[in-house]
Amino acid sequence: MSDFTSDFWPFFITAIVIGGIVFCMLVLFLTSKSHDPAHTGKSTGHVYDEDIVEMNNPMPRWWMWMFIITCIFGVAYLFLYPGLVIYDGKLGWTQVKQYEQEVKESNERIAPIYAKFTSMKPEDVAKDAKAMAIGERLFMNNCSQCHGSDAHGSRGFPNLTDNDWLYGGAPETIKETITNGRHGMMPAMASAIGSADDVKNVAHYVLSLSNGQHDTSRAALGKEKFTACAACHGVDGKGNQAIGAPNLSDDIWLHGAGEAAIIDRINNGKSNQMPAQGSRLTPEQIHVLASYVWRFSNAGLTQ
Amino acid sequence: MSNNNVETFYDDYVIRGFTVMAVVWGVVGMLMGVIIAAQLAFPELNLGLSWTSFGRLRPLHTNAVIFAFGGCALFATSYYVVQRTSQTKLAFPLLARYTFWGYQAVIVAAAISLPLGYTQGKEYAELEWPIDLLLLVVWVMYALVFFGTIANRKIKHIYVANWFYGAFIIVVALLHIVNSAAIPAEWMKSYSAYAGVQDAMVQWWYGHNAVGFFLTAGFLGMMYYFVPKQAERPVYSYRLSIVHFWGLIFTYMWAGSHHLHYTALPDWTQSVGMVLSLILLAPSWGGMINGMMTMSGAWHKLRDDPILRFLIVSLSFYGMSTFEGPMMAIKTVNALSHYTDWTVGHVHSGALGWVGFVSMGSIYFLVPRLYGLKQMYSKKAIELHFWLATIGVVLYITAMWISGVTAGLMWRAINDDGTLTYTFVESVKAMHPFYVIRMIGGLMYVSGMMIMLWNVLKTVQAGQATLARIPSTVAHA
Repeated sequence: MSDFTSDFWPFFITAIVIGGIVFCMLVLFLTSKSHDPAHTGKSTGHVYDEDIVEMNNPMPRWWMWMFIITCIFGVAYLFLYPGLVIYDGKLGWTQVKQYEQEVKESNERIAPIYAKFTSMKPEDVAKDAKAMAIGERLFMNNCSQCHGSDAHGSRGFPNLTDNDWLYGGAPETIKETITNGRHGMMPAMASAIGSADDVKNVAHYVLSLSNGQHDTSRAALGKEKFTACAACHGVDGKGNQAIGAPNLSDDIWLHGAGEAAIIDRINNGKSNQMPAQGSRLTPEQIHVLASYVWRFSNAGLTQ
Repeated sequence: MSNNNVETFYDDYVIRGFTVMAVVWGVVGMLMGVIIAAQLAFPELNLGLSWTSFGRLRPLHTNAVIFAFGGCALFATSYYVVQRTSQTKLAFPLLARYTFWGYQAVIVAAAISLPLGYTQGKEYAELEWPIDLLLLVVWVMYALVFFGTIANRKIKHIYVANWFYGAFIIVVALLHIVNSAAIPAEWMKSYSAYAGVQDAMVQWWYGHNAVGFFLTAGFLGMMYYFVPKQAERPVYSYRLSIVHFWGLIFTYMWAGSHHLHYTALPDWTQSVGMVLSLILLAPSWGGMINGMMTMSGAWHKLRDDPILRFLIVSLSFYGMSTFEGPMMAIKTVNALSHYTDWTVGHVHSGALGWVGFVSMGSIYFLVPRLYGLKQMYSKKAIELHFWLATIGVVLYITAMWISGVTAGLMWRAINDDGTLTYTFVESVKAMHPFYVIRMIGGLMYVSGMMIMLWNVLKTVQAGQATLARIPSTVAHA
């Protein structure tokens, strides 16, 4: 009922839908009755464009029945399901209820398969071939779209295999990341750092941290201005996993390498989001998936 | 009722223009279709240019085939039919000429603005507001000419073809005004007057009625004249015409919401759409039955009359797609078919099979008569066109059925652990061979259309525009 601002419209629509079906049936019955069936093979007498003649043969019976049956089906459907705005249908069906029911049934069905792994430590789950097969399917369904089928990621989407973690690579942390998602935010820092030249100097200092190609004199000048960055990235530029501040010294560049990309980050900041999966996957599924993701960077431990 | 003393002629000037342009735009629009089909199979063909990309060319294809090809065919045949069955010439002859030039201007504006990326973002209603307004003006003139001619008729009854043409003209005006309502922000940029799910509902109310009234009612009008004419048989049943006409008019109006099953649209709106789509089956088949039964007693003519073959195959495809449509509107079926190529196949079974074939048959009937000849330049070419088109459609729709059902089943396949059996890209890979087959089907279809263009131009060259005299004795009706 809340679909409308006035109570008039639900009645209006109901009247037209029911009235329309009745109208169809009336036209059918009146038209089939108003002419003598003996008219088979007889003309209406209408002639158009010299030679188009109209016969008045009766309508095929099977066709009339098809029309009637679809109308009866329609009325029955509108009795059982929501269709008339003023009446919710005898079955009380809604698409949301259907969805919730299907999810519930599915979760109940899959629960036994995951039960075995729930009590295991993620490190052990990662050694279980069956669990890893499930993990791979979960990953392909839910993660590969952004992180890639090989989990190597791409620009803006972290590589999950390189042991460089924005928020930490412990199984519990990975679980938290998957469940609640992450929203990384670096503010625009240009004004805190100073002139465009200062920004460029800081960029060269940042490049020097990973021994990238840089201008040493600019890097030296940039070093003092880096204090503005150190609050998050640390004095040594090694980052801070508690707030997802990236390590700047490992030559891994999520949003692009090189002077220009770094200057752009400093000037404009960056907001990057991974959506939460907690409402789409059960905790048991996330347990297996986190173990699978953890294994990418800890393959040696699981051999 | 009597016009015996004054000799006058039918006004066929714009009909010649619309007929030839229908064929020209048919070639253009279908070629666009083949190009975008090739792009789907081989994405490199997007060429990395914005204006040759699929997203820009796809609306160009749909607009060109529906409104340019289909529209010109409807203008041509409706002007022809309404004069002949009313035994009077077109009312407002000057307006009729304006509708020709105005409509061609709309088409050219679409052909330029769509590749440039100007769009309202509404499917089949992409044209921006200035072009929308021009179309509205053209349409009002069209209505004046058509209904003016009906009003001047010398025959007591209005022929059934004209009911359908009339419904098409009125409803398309209504659809166009309501769905294209927008707030202009600047030249070639506007915002829809509706928001959220209401916008979606208005769009699909429009979208499905564009199918129902543009691509169905209009072409049923065509069918009701050219089938009895070419078969030289009486129309089967007048009362069947009455019942299926009114059934069609009422139910189509409500069917649009079946495009939005399992979305944010309220449950009741979805149910109404599904129920009335099912009820639509019988009224649709009424038209097919009336056409098919009109043929009874003339079946032998199919052997050596390719034009009649075009018309009868069109009715078969009409029957098939109007059975398929209600079935796909059922929620449980739709849960499988929605968002797959099955929908694309369904649309093309109607568009290529029904709309295309009935237009081609009618145009092959019209062209020689408009140019003072007994028949088309080459009958062999019509035969060849018929077989190319038929095999093309069959390849197209079977490829899309298989591709659609395959993708739909792959998307819903679930492992014991609750994960999807297939990743999305695996379904794309499974669809690929059928995209190539679809492209080949389309290529055959457009080849037939090119042969038609050659044949029409040769016929026009061989003949000359002749005035057709209105019969001096008014037929009894």
